[in-house]
Amino acid sequence: MQGYLTIEQVHMDFDTPKGTFKALDNVTLKIDKGEFVSLIGHSGCGKSTVLNIVAGLLVSTQGSVLLDGKEVNEPGPERAVVFQNHSLLPWLTAYQNVELAVKQVFKSSMNKKEMDEWIKHNLRLVHMDHATNKRPGEISGGMKQRVGIARALAMKPKVLLMDEPFGALDALTRAHLQDSVMEIQSELNNTVIMITHDVDEAVLLSDRIVMMTNGPAATIGEILEIDLPRPRHRLELADDSKYNHYRAEVLRFLHERHSNPNAA
Amino acid sequence: MTARVMNLFESIGFSWLVSIMKLFTLQNPKEQIENLIRTLGVPLFAFAVFLGIWHMGASQIETSLGKVPGPAAVWEQTVGLWEEHKAERVKEAAFYERQEERNAKKLAANPDAKVKMRDYTGKPTYIDQIFTSLKTVFAGFLLASAIAIPLGIICGLSNTMYTAMNPIIQLFKPVSPLAWLPIVTLVVSALYVSDDPVFAKSFVNSAITVTLCCLWPTLINTIVGVSSLDNDLVNVSKVLRLNWWTKITKIVLPSSVPMIFTGLRLSLGVGWMVLIAAEMLAQNPGLGKFVWDEFQNGSSQSLGRIMVAVLTIGFIGFLLDRLMLSLQKSFSWDKDAIVR
Repeated sequence: MQGYLTIEQVHMDFDTPKGTFKALDNVTLKIDKGEFVSLIGHSGCGKSTVLNIVAGLLVSTQGSVLLDGKEVNEPGPERAVVFQNHSLLPWLTAYQNVELAVKQVFKSSMNKKEMDEWIKHNLRLVHMDHATNKRPGEISGGMKQRVGIARALAMKPKVLLMDEPFGALDALTRAHLQDSVMEIQSELNNTVIMITHDVDEAVLLSDRIVMMTNGPAATIGEILEIDLPRPRHRLELADDSKYNHYRAEVLRFLHERHSNPNAA
Repeated sequence: MTARVMNLFESIGFSWLVSIMKLFTLQNPKEQIENLIRTLGVPLFAFAVFLGIWHMGASQIETSLGKVPGPAAVWEQTVGLWEEHKAERVKEAAFYERQEERNAKKLAANPDAKVKMRDYTGKPTYIDQIFTSLKTVFAGFLLASAIAIPLGIICGLSNTMYTAMNPIIQLFKPVSPLAWLPIVTLVVSALYVSDDPVFAKSFVNSAITVTLCCLWPTLINTIVGVSSLDNDLVNVSKVLRLNWWTKITKIVLPSSVPMIFTGLRLSLGVGWMVLIAAEMLAQNPGLGKFVWDEFQNGSSQSLGRIMVAVLTIGFIGFLLDRLMLSLQKSFSWDKDAIVR
């Protein structure tokens, strides 16, 4: 079956002064439209490399990535990225940061008024409409990440790529943002790939969790289907036996199966 | 309004003026007085000590042109130079008045007569020399900036360009621009040939010499500023597929403004120093020529007058730096950043 987003036998080698470093070994993954997939694994296992290849920021040594029937070979706004440390332009306000993306993507299809509406709509979606004229330096880490998500969503991407989007945030702020992401997801039904190292986050948000083995030569170890009804509520799920089972599965993988069984 | 004026003073380093303003409006008089002592009293005291040492030291040294002038003698010469300037201006006005009268008479006698307007050819005064030097330094500095900033951006963005340019930059950066002066003079004489030149040749020579030394600090700082661009922001511009121009104006320039201005400030400072030396060496009009002329003149006033020039050069250099600092503050997106 052909997925909406297909990662086909992707290998990635990096040239280092000590010779070739094999980062990824035969990564194959099919993702359906509207699916929320998490990539989880230990630090340095190549999760970000996979994401960067899908984003087009890295070019794989072998294999290919197909999105909606087209091969990915350069970065583009149809694969919007939410970076770990927000990556907002510090000299622009929240509004201007989103505007930069909107102007770039919709310059031929929207007029000024429509753009303005669309920018405000996206900031409202992430609950940042109260701080549209603030610069990144004037708002908290969680708020910056919200603006980052608004900027990515405003590009109307075919697939939204999130690189540990909440990694740098404290637990409470993280929970708030996870709830926001679930809310937005139920509304827009985006296709999402999210990198995380937080087991709870992965189980709570995902339709599938892709667990990666440790590098070098990292690959996909196991894929876990999360069959929990939506909308999900973190408090109700805390005592849910199915939820706890999924959680345990992921933890077991992370603690027991570290390395690629096929790698030499 | 008051707040804006205060901000301006604060930003160019005259925070003591702010204290005085606040003192007049009676905001925390005690705190303002303390502040005034700290920001104005301490530097004034240090300056007084300096004047005292100068006064005592100067009277000990006997040169072929008399004693080294102390502060009082220098002040005398400052007033003298200002009086000369005023007298010269009066003479100039009188010259043009006479000329106009003569022409009017001629025209009254014969309406078809050709009248000639001649420029006043009196000796340039000290004040004229200051303005000549300022014009020259800005011309050279602007020309250098117009070359160095775009070139720095290109070299900062492209590794190939950087590798290509780096040896050339390293080779020419340590060269004293004065070593270029003879070549510049000859090349300008050969290429800048015109019956009615817009700029005097001496001006072009000095300005190009200034350009040659203003290039490097700006160029190198721009390259460093641009190439230290945050990689995440580069990725943002890639994902957005920003075109070249948008990338430069929205991402590259704002992030490298502090470094570019550091370079510009260094450049202007070096340019001002080199200009004086170039004017002395090439006898091009300006403060440097004034110093050299006074040295050659060798009257009892000469040392005092040279001292006036030294202090003027220092003071103007200080003002130029403050000017760049306030420009940097107005161009920088981060108004809270501490620049000094």
